[in-house]
Amino acid sequence: MATIRVRLQKQARAGDIVTVRTLIQHPMETGFRRDETGKLFARNILKDFTCHYDGAVVFRAEFFPAVAADPFLAFHFVATRSGPVELRWTEDSGAVFSETMQIDVS
Amino acid sequence: MTTRLAAVVALLLLLAAPAAAQPKSGSEFQSPETRALQADDFTNPGLLWVERGKALWSLPDLPGGRSCASCHAPAEGSMRGVAARYPAHDAGTGRVLDLEARINLCRSDRAGGAALAPESDALLALTVYVSHQSRGTPVSVRGDGAAKASYESGKRLFETRFGQMNLACRHCHVDNAGRMLRGDRISEGMPNGYPVYRLDWQKLASLQRRLRACFVGVRAEPFAYGSQELIDLSLYLATRANGLTVESPGVRR
Repeated sequence: MATIRVRLQKQARAGDIVTVRTLIQHPMETGFRRDETGKLFARNILKDFTCHYDGAVVFRAEFFPAVAADPFLAFHFVATRSGPVELRWTEDSGAVFSETMQIDVS
Repeated sequence: MTTRLAAVVALLLLLAAPAAAQPKSGSEFQSPETRALQADDFTNPGLLWVERGKALWSLPDLPGGRSCASCHAPAEGSMRGVAARYPAHDAGTGRVLDLEARINLCRSDRAGGAALAPESDALLALTVYVSHQSRGTPVSVRGDGAAKASYESGKRLFETRFGQMNLACRHCHVDNAGRMLRGDRISEGMPNGYPVYRLDWQKLASLQRRLRACFVGVRAEPFAYGSQELIDLSLYLATRANGLTVESPGVRR
């Protein structure tokens, strides 16, 4: 279960630069921490983020263990046509968290 | 007549003026960036926990397929202002309970379910969800009446030297509040933002965790989670914050 928050304007004009702001709840466990008995907490981080829009990847990020828990991202893309904007995070385990927003471009 | 009345009113105001300066919320001692993070509901990571708590509120994990929502009306209305009164004395158990203990008592005694582990994600999320409903409400915790003994005990703990550093709470949070302790500005120890999202710990944290960390900081053996000492101390701290508005979830360095 991951709580995801996305802020993206619903409407834009073609050619506009739009900003996506997003926050996802994730512990980003580094794999370097130990519990009281000295046992390592298994590494569990989001390792990859992609944003698909209009048939292409408009933004992609690789995450590493130094990225803080609950990573926040803000990025921009140029609005070209109406359609879904799909945000997808991939965890170490292969689990995928995604959220899709709709943008109307006139 | 009017001048005499005005004089009386002025005298009364003078008498009513608090002896100490107004308490300052912990957020006022944070960096501008951290305060901005707390002020923006989108970026405040504590709000993710509020959403998580909202989901748990109606999760039927209690016996008989019940949830918090089975008894309580939606928390947005029924829990408004509640957290501002906690810790509070509970007549049923005859003890002072903080909000975490109240939630667990409700789950175990009233609903017959299992209490949640201290500092577990579920308990933190539920606590912050309930606390969040009081955001903007002035803290109004009672340290008199049935809570008097707990208040006195908390006050005594606040003034007692602990650990190898031999420091009492007051040595930092009263005598040196506002000054720097290495990279940090020392707060007045006001709990009105709790549970807080602590950037250092990468997650939401209860007041008890914060207090335990303070005990470790002065190299003392911390009191256990849920111990009466920590609850008494929480109650005393809350009475010092009376009048400050609840800010849950706060964000701390």
